[in-house]
Amino acid sequence: MSSSTDLGRPDPDRTVVPSRDDRPVSDRGDTVCVIGAGASGLTAVKNLREAGFGVDCYERETGVGGAWNWRHDRSPVYASTHLISSRPFTQFPDFPMPDDWPDYPHHSQLLSYFERYADHFDLRQHVWFGTEVVRVEPVEGDRWDVTTRSTGGYGPERTSRYAAVVVANGHNWSPKLPRYEGLEEFRGEVMHASSYKDPAQLRGKRVLVVGAGNTGCDIAVEAAQQASRCWHSTRRGYWYAPKYVLGRPADQVNDTLLALRVPLRVRQWLYHWTLRLTVGDLTRFGMPKPDHRVYETHPIANSQLVYYVGHGEVTPVPDVARFDDRAVELTDGRRIDPELVVFATGYLPRFEFLAGRVLGDEDGSGRPRLWLNAFTAGHPTLAVVGLVQPDSGIFAISHWQSVLFARLLTLRATRPELAAVFDRKVRAGLGERYSAKVKDSTRHWFEVGHADYLRALQRALHELEDGK
Amino acid sequence: MTAKTDRVRVVRSWEWARPERPARREVLAAVPEREEAKPPLLFVPGFGHGAWAFAEHWLGHAAGRGFPAYALSLRGHGGSEPAPEATLRSYTHDVTQVAASLPRQAVLVGHGAGARVVAHAMARYPVRAAVLVAPVLGGWATFGTALRRNPAGTVPAVFGAGLRLNRRQLFSRELPDADARRHLARLGRAGRRAQWQLLTGRAPEPAVGRPPVLVLGSPDDRVLPATALTRAARGYASAPLLFPGMGHDLMLDARWREPIDAILDWLDKDPAPTHG
Ligand SMILES: Cc1cc2nc3c(=O)[nH]c(=O)nc-3n(C[C@H](O)[C@H](O)[C@H](O)COP(=O)(O)OP(=O)(O)OC[C@H]3O[C@@H](n4cnc5c(N)ncnc54)[C@H](O)[C@@H]3O)c2cc1C
Ligand SMILES: NC(=O)c1ccc[n+]([C@@H]2O[C@H](COP(=O)([O-])OP(=O)(O)OC[C@H]3O[C@@H](n4cnc5c(N)ncnc54)[C@H](OP(=O)(O)O)[C@@H]3O)[C@@H](O)[C@H]2O)c1
Repeated sequence: MSSSTDLGRPDPDRTVVPSRDDRPVSDRGDTVCVIGAGASGLTAVKNLREAGFGVDCYERETGVGGAWNWRHDRSPVYASTHLISSRPFTQFPDFPMPDDWPDYPHHSQLLSYFERYADHFDLRQHVWFGTEVVRVEPVEGDRWDVTTRSTGGYGPERTSRYAAVVVANGHNWSPKLPRYEGLEEFRGEVMHASSYKDPAQLRGKRVLVVGAGNTGCDIAVEAAQQASRCWHSTRRGYWYAPKYVLGRPADQVNDTLLALRVPLRVRQWLYHWTLRLTVGDLTRFGMPKPDHRVYETHPIANSQLVYYVGHGEVTPVPDVARFDDRAVELTDGRRIDPELVVFATGYLPRFEFLAGRVLGDEDGSGRPRLWLNAFTAGHPTLAVVGLVQPDSGIFAISHWQSVLFARLLTLRATRPELAAVFDRKVRAGLGERYSAKVKDSTRHWFEVGHADYLRALQRALHELEDGK
Repeated sequence: MTAKTDRVRVVRSWEWARPERPARREVLAAVPEREEAKPPLLFVPGFGHGAWAFAEHWLGHAAGRGFPAYALSLRGHGGSEPAPEATLRSYTHDVTQVAASLPRQAVLVGHGAGARVVAHAMARYPVRAAVLVAPVLGGWATFGTALRRNPAGTVPAVFGAGLRLNRRQLFSRELPDADARRHLARLGRAGRRAQWQLLTGRAPEPAVGRPPVLVLGSPDDRVLPATALTRAARGYASAPLLFPGMGHDLMLDARWREPIDAILDWLDKDPAPTHG
């Protein structure tokens, strides 16, 4: 097969069958197609190989690592990105990160980790780099026609037929940009956080950062250090959690409470109490009071934001109302005059190569309806891996999703009756949620609590094995 | 050892919440001069032994046959950091850490109680293959044998002292006395808690990736009764390869070459994973 520098498709060694519209299709037999060689795609390739499957993985970039390969055009990471989930929650369950790494490794360490994972398990030989998947269509017999072409649209399209498909295309690369009245007239510089790479971009400027996900908070902190002025606009109040509490990484303390089965209400109370002991009431800085309880929005892990607010280096402001040529009007009527506006308003999942209905998204809302955030009704040979926004690391989740899918594919051949039971569960479980109550917001529809989610996945694995 | 647990575990809140403390580890290596695309071997010594036990003969021999060969000292052993409070979990952590640091998917070779550690590590790292050499998988039967054959060295271990092994347990008469004395002088001891867990701890979880497993030992091993060797092999649906006349420390005994050649021959045949 190809090496990592080898662009383009394998020469089809299988029979060529005509497709519905007479395009030639090369039949790849029992091979499984994996879309994407980010962390989720890599673990899918590894786990499918381990279960004995042949795999063709397509990756539109020239290297592995997805979001964590910051040389990639669409990588959302910036120079200072460090993990928000501590090491034990981030590593793959069967490939530990070096224990002499810090609690919260840097993005370059993450990339080296994924590169080592790929080399260790000899995965690159299964990856076709510089190759983009443009269409995935279901065909008879629960099989799939996958059409690819060289990234950038050069060269002809080629279609191959696969026994199964894993969609691991990631969900943090397509910017979500809000619309505002007057934004076109605004003379200052405007960018989405996905184009923010280096603090030098902020140096000496008056900067407005919009959004308080982890990206917005990180950038606001860097603006506090680099910019001449930093406003941080949020449309609600949040709980800003420090990375360390009680002498340990905060997520490890939280999981200690989970392991002790401390109820949510008590955990919330403990959390409020811990914050009271440290930063105290944030409304005194002019920050809005949170309109929700702790754990009801995607967690922010940032010890520095509140620190810089307390030092006057970050000015919290409310939501943006409108723009005009030289100023930004806020919802409280105040006007500010930033030179640079950074929208850290998040990302949107996108599945352009797949008809919405295949993922149960009939009306094109961009929100697939799946079971375990991975399985769709009526297509037992398709799985989405990594379409979760966990309150913790994502990689263990992607690992187990692909282990489960590999088991399922094996059983389809050896014990079809068990696979059929699974299919019924998928239908019954579409849209199931795996978190406690979350605030209704554009980004929370696929939020999962890692413990709830992994418990549900573990149950599914056991039931599959027990034939329940 | 309690009954084998045969279910995959996904949720491990306690372990995530309480990660193992890092420790400085000794790793000795012998790599072949030319890269031959053979999988790396990681040798895991048993209680009291260190990487030195493999550096004596097996590392060099494996490298000579084209296998990159590594041996580690579990924390508290050999040249690794002292760790009197070590548990089986700490040892397992040491093994998976070193295995994952190797350039390619590794074959784990565990000797004595090191085989028990390997069995635990196999649930946490998808080994290319595993070899259990004179495996002391633990449980009270092992203890009974040790008690019968070496009461003076064994009884104190129950009360937290180190388990002391004697020359007759470890080596055949063929090994020159000077060598035997040299090796015995290097023996250390495992952590008190780990020793206790060898008897009472939880059975290893099922291996991930269903790797091929080879079990070998000596019918004349005075640490591990032949019945225990057979039972260990049966646990992996195979029969043990036997090297009569050798002591427990097959890698140090006079005829050390035979077992390592058998292991490398088996690996050269590229044993298939046990799917199912
Ligand atoms: C700044 C930032 C920090 C983060 N920090 C953490 C953290 O601390 N912990 C954590 O767990 N998560 C974190 N995340 C979430 C992050 O999304 C995941 O860590 C991870 O990157 C998800 O991996 P993935 O493989 O699912 O997606 P990606 O890494 O996005 O990989 C998807 C791959 O698919 C390829 N691809 C997409 N479409 C196609 C196509 N049509 N054809 C061919 N190839 C295609 C892409 O090129 C890419 O390589 C962070 C995200 C951001 C933005
Ligand atoms: N250091 C790290 O490891 C790190 C760094 C960055 C990101 N991440 C991860 O990457 C993922 C994406 O994070 P993100 O911060 O880029 O995005 P995000 O979590 O989706 O946050 C977007 C923020 O913008 C706000 N927002 C969205 N639309 C808006 C609008 N129209 N007007 C005003 N505000 C709007 C959201 O408010 P609402 O609360 O109302 O939704 C939210 O505060 C997350 O999983 C995150 O944890 C990790």
